[in-house]
Amino acid sequence: MAKKIKEINWDYAPSLESTSHIEVKEKYELFIDGKFVKPSSGNYFNTVNPATNEVLSSIAYANEKDVDNAVKAARKAYNEVWSKLSGKERGKYIYRIARLMQERARELAVIETLDAGKTIRESRDIDIPLACNHFFYYAGWADKLEYAFPNRKVESLGVAGQIIPWNFPLLMAAWKIAPALAAGNTVVLKPAETTSLTAMKLAEIIRDSGLPAGVVNIVTGYGDTGAAIVNHEDINKVAFTGSTAVGKIIQKAIAGTGKKATLELGGKSANIIMDDAPIDQAVEGIINGIFFNQGHVCCAGSRLFVQEGVADVVIKKLKRRMDSLIIGNPLDKNTDVGAINSKEQLDTINKYIKIGINEGAEMYQASCEIPKNGYFCPPTIFTGVAQSSTIAQEEIFGPVLTIQTFRTVDEVIQKANNSPFGLAAGVWSDKGSRVFNLTSKLNAGVVWANTYNKFDPASPFGGFKESGYGREGGMHGLSAYVKLK
Amino acid sequence: MERLEILKTYKIYIGGKFPRTESGRYYSPKNPKGELLGNICLSSRKDVRNAVVAARKAYGDWSERADFNRSQILYRIAEMLEGRKAQFIDELIVQGVSQKAAKQEVELTIDRLVYYAGWCDKYKQIQSSVNPVSSSHFNFSVQEPTGIVGIIADANSSLIGLVSSIAPVIAGGNTCVVLASEKLPLCAITFAEVINSSDVPGGVVNILTGKRTELISPLTTHMDVNAIFYSGKETEIIKELEESGALNLKRIHSYDEDWNKESSQNLYFITDFQELKTTWHPIENVGGASSSY
Repeated sequence: MAKKIKEINWDYAPSLESTSHIEVKEKYELFIDGKFVKPSSGNYFNTVNPATNEVLSSIAYANEKDVDNAVKAARKAYNEVWSKLSGKERGKYIYRIARLMQERARELAVIETLDAGKTIRESRDIDIPLACNHFFYYAGWADKLEYAFPNRKVESLGVAGQIIPWNFPLLMAAWKIAPALAAGNTVVLKPAETTSLTAMKLAEIIRDSGLPAGVVNIVTGYGDTGAAIVNHEDINKVAFTGSTAVGKIIQKAIAGTGKKATLELGGKSANIIMDDAPIDQAVEGIINGIFFNQGHVCCAGSRLFVQEGVADVVIKKLKRRMDSLIIGNPLDKNTDVGAINSKEQLDTINKYIKIGINEGAEMYQASCEIPKNGYFCPPTIFTGVAQSSTIAQEEIFGPVLTIQTFRTVDEVIQKANNSPFGLAAGVWSDKGSRVFNLTSKLNAGVVWANTYNKFDPASPFGGFKESGYGREGGMHGLSAYVKLK
Repeated sequence: MERLEILKTYKIYIGGKFPRTESGRYYSPKNPKGELLGNICLSSRKDVRNAVVAARKAYGDWSERADFNRSQILYRIAEMLEGRKAQFIDELIVQGVSQKAAKQEVELTIDRLVYYAGWCDKYKQIQSSVNPVSSSHFNFSVQEPTGIVGIIADANSSLIGLVSSIAPVIAGGNTCVVLASEKLPLCAITFAEVINSSDVPGGVVNILTGKRTELISPLTTHMDVNAIFYSGKETEIIKELEESGALNLKRIHSYDEDWNKESSQNLYFITDFQELKTTWHPIENVGGASSSY
């Protein structure tokens, strides 16, 4: 019998999402003052599909002059139109953007997958719906701001400069733009250089929505484009999501300028498995915590702590589950883990994997096949990791998990909190009082108990300590874009 | 024969104890009439570091106290201050405040403590939220203290500025290291005596006197200080705070406030020194449970 079963091919048949209904232009310009304009330098850079290394399009490279034009357009729109509009009318524009995005959700999902390397299942079911919902959620706040700030008058800040990362391109654009507009600000947004496409698609949607020209401006480019936004004299607010190192540079750069800032930065989040946890669910939670979006998640559960009594069984089941993960073409609906976003990021991840091996930790990688073209990294775990190991301290931003064990609750709280970061944490236990003890003592802005990596427009997100400050999402996300009188 | 008055030796306040500065240095500020206020401790970098260690040590206990308990302790500070009103009025007068203004300042300070005492177990009810997420989860957000707060108290007031900064910070469960006004330091140390007799655990409030030019830098570059409360509007200082605060991403809050105004108190002075924590937990979906009975 056993022999016969072996002959059956259990592989899934490919289930590719079609790319026929999408439109990607050969070239994208800058979106300034409601129009698509050429970059003043005449320079463009390529954006590639990291799963195939094929060039998808070329993107305008904005310099200081372009940024200045964008800020001027945003200021003009703020002074002449947007700040004079009632909250009710602002809200209606934002609702309209949400609806137009929903109508084009499938197209946005496919483009996101092509440009970022994330699986179509994820962009279709998570990124794009959440991005649409974020606009829809904040639209409703625009005429209700006073309710969020008892006893205070609420005023907008002015022009917000917003810089977003490549891990959730459209979703991060939504997290930035929606609350800023709802609170009455205008925006200059810069997407990451490897993932500009959905931002430019959003620019088209915004143009189609009839939003007054200059209220949202999108400039594409590299770090120097971002620096030009941060350092521009006429910006009132900087909102940045990215690495802690760059966050610190930004806080320094704007010191004494009176610019307000929110920084959503790196993490090295602890995911804690107690010995009474539902083990199979916890294993799924570990997988989702670190391999979701190829580990390109600032709140990834990258430090796993397993209580000694269940460590062997958890690690055994985790390895088995890793072996069943499908790594490959992100457009295939069967794929669990897609492509690493760029060659640079793959190099960084591989550097850390080497460090882990050199520091004496024991590595295990998923046994699945890896595509030959494009940038891929197999799901990787390290056991025998010390608290002092580099891979347990620094953010890797890839599908690499460190595993440590512990005996007591006090011990794991101390170990989990012993990090300059404080973005997120996970706790797995069937005992309510134990769950709440841990969730209240972990120094982290988001704590998932018996779940991980869940997001919602109504749920505030952001970190403690060096994971940054300010919140995005929910009622509390409004305070990043208002001043109180 | 006239009785010889006993003069007070002004010390600093670290970890619930009253040492002189470890540096042995002092300075001698004078009032507007040119009279000597005292030989005040010229605290050092080392004093700042000792104070931060004391604040961190006290943090676990203080931040985990029941909010109601913190409320009672802040109210107790007000009670103790009321009992020593005359002493503070005298000290303010010595430092150049008129009799009438001194009385007003002390009374407003007492009332301000009562105001923040009341907030301790209420601000979370106002500022927290249950978030209606679309998935089957219970999700809520609630404030937690930021940690150790460095307070650079109002340079131009001896008492009301100091207390208006300390009260919201400790009401929210933080512990603090306070730089008192350089030219008007007397009430700071006397207020430390009030705190020390008000059931405030040692280390929750630490008060240093001395030169700002020497003490601001060790305070704002300290990696175990999580936030700064600056009362003032000097742009050079604000720039320095924000720049050196970037080392460990301190939350820097600067306020240009006239603390003698009745309205210079509100909920947001507390929440500026709070971190928001959002917690998720799944809700089991049992078939049939959604029937509407």
